[in-house]
Amino acid sequence: MDSTTIAAALKAAVPDAEVEPAESRDGHAVIYAPAVRIAEIARALRDAPELRFGFLAELTAVDFFPREPRYEVVYVLVSIERRLRLRLKVRLPGTDAHLSTVTGVWPAANWLEREVWDLFGIAFDGHPDPRRLLMPEDWDGFPLRKDYPVQIRMPARTHEALQVTEEEFRQNVQRDRLTRR
Amino acid sequence: MPELRSETMTVNMGPQHPSTHGVLRLVLELDGEIIRSLAPTIGYLHTGIEKTAEQKKWQQVIPLVERMDYLSAQSNSLAFCLSVERLLGIEVPERVRLIRILLAELQRINSHLVWLGTHGMEVGAVSVMLYCFRERELLLNINELIAGFRLFPSYMRIGGLREDLPRGFHDAVRAFLDRFPGKLDEYEDLLTKNEIYLERTRGVGRISKENALALSLVGPIGRAAGVDYDVRKAFPYLGYESFDFAVPVRTEGDVYARYLVRVAEMRESLKICRQALDRITPTGAFAIDDPRITPPPKDRVYTEMEALIQHFLIYSQGFTVPAGEAYVPVEGPRGEQGFYVVADGTNRPWRVKSRAPSLLACQALEHMVVGGLIADVIAVIGSIDVVMGDVDR
Repeated sequence: MDSTTIAAALKAAVPDAEVEPAESRDGHAVIYAPAVRIAEIARALRDAPELRFGFLAELTAVDFFPREPRYEVVYVLVSIERRLRLRLKVRLPGTDAHLSTVTGVWPAANWLEREVWDLFGIAFDGHPDPRRLLMPEDWDGFPLRKDYPVQIRMPARTHEALQVTEEEFRQNVQRDRLTRR
Repeated sequence: MPELRSETMTVNMGPQHPSTHGVLRLVLELDGEIIRSLAPTIGYLHTGIEKTAEQKKWQQVIPLVERMDYLSAQSNSLAFCLSVERLLGIEVPERVRLIRILLAELQRINSHLVWLGTHGMEVGAVSVMLYCFRERELLLNINELIAGFRLFPSYMRIGGLREDLPRGFHDAVRAFLDRFPGKLDEYEDLLTKNEIYLERTRGVGRISKENALALSLVGPIGRAAGVDYDVRKAFPYLGYESFDFAVPVRTEGDVYARYLVRVAEMRESLKICRQALDRITPTGAFAIDDPRITPPPKDRVYTEMEALIQHFLIYSQGFTVPAGEAYVPVEGPRGEQGFYVVADGTNRPWRVKSRAPSLLACQALEHMVVGGLIADVIAVIGSIDVVMGDVDR
């Protein structure tokens, strides 16, 4: 099945979805989908009997700065039953890039979406755990964006140990004993 | 009579722990010995390899990708080369394909040996580790023979291989292939019917087929749970369809099933290696004949002006890759392994994204251990075979 037939099968499942088949240099089927309906389209791709894309192999993003729309979110899907592969792509604008999560369809998307948020700053609405994944939680900026510098120097952040007098220390120990009892 | 107190205890396991295979931190909530919740914290080894790759020329990315999943270096570079070659629209010679298959399968055995050794040690069978590392040494010697580097040979290049096979390669591989089946029986004697090992692993860390697929667990973990998916069979590459081998699948989905699947996979890999080795001629083409991509042989560089110019251009500017994107997966030791590569028509990649099977395995850890005993966490982490370099990249 090539892009056009998959797109046709998808249109049968979601009649008014504006999906657009595309060509790729590696012969992989590619479909562009609108960002607003991604969760619905994802569910249809997983559940439609002639598609059955049950395996989310990869979820990532590409930054095409300075082009607009700037980002593309890419879902690499595999249908093990039908032996199909598909790249589902969503274009997103440079300002306020966000789309809804697909964790309800493929639970594996949880960490993959967190990684995209962490490295590209693309927000996933309705994500169950929208935290950074790889970078420290207090990190500034999104490293894989093209306008993020390759080498930056950050002062090491250190925290002073809590300073208490001997008196306060005894009181704390005493208080802890009372609460634990 | 005073009321019995019951409260949960939060325990930090890692980031420095001998059985976490790198730097993985788990925050466990315990009720006695039972695990109520588990929260992995990753990112300690994040080195921004994908960002670094965008600054390098295409051929220079290969050493980087080999260091991501440091136990399956040659599978990583193979997947990267296949994606870029697809973008370039080139086909490597038949002999190169066979050598790549042979090296990828030896890499799989290598990776599984490290897994078996460390996993055995963690559940109390220390001798297995010594046995496995003894045979792994032979594989590292083969790497040293072909490239002079034992862990990260960078032998696979875009367009073929770095150089031709050295003298003695066939003998070294043949010696390993003859020796290994007996040794594999030895490992199985130590574990497969060992009552202590069975107690530690059977029914532990179980995951169902549906959950495995929903959490994108393919590779040995998925196949141990019944997900019958192997890239070599489902979407053959490099001519795997002409090889005779089976894909072991089990349905139990526990730690023991993963052990059985991986041991059976090593036997199948041996079969592929034998078939490939018989078809590889000692000398012949080792790269495509394209002066833009393959550097000229050294003796011509020293004697011919044209060759010198070509050599200089390849090493100073690299080659350009037509704009586009490609994703050609291979079956690595941990499951589908691929590189989503985007090119903008210059001599450097626009984006390189590695599909990290270990990241997904790490994510699924929670589903395997919650409700089990704390001692089983060690067995389960061992069985999913995570490489933290691949998780964090």
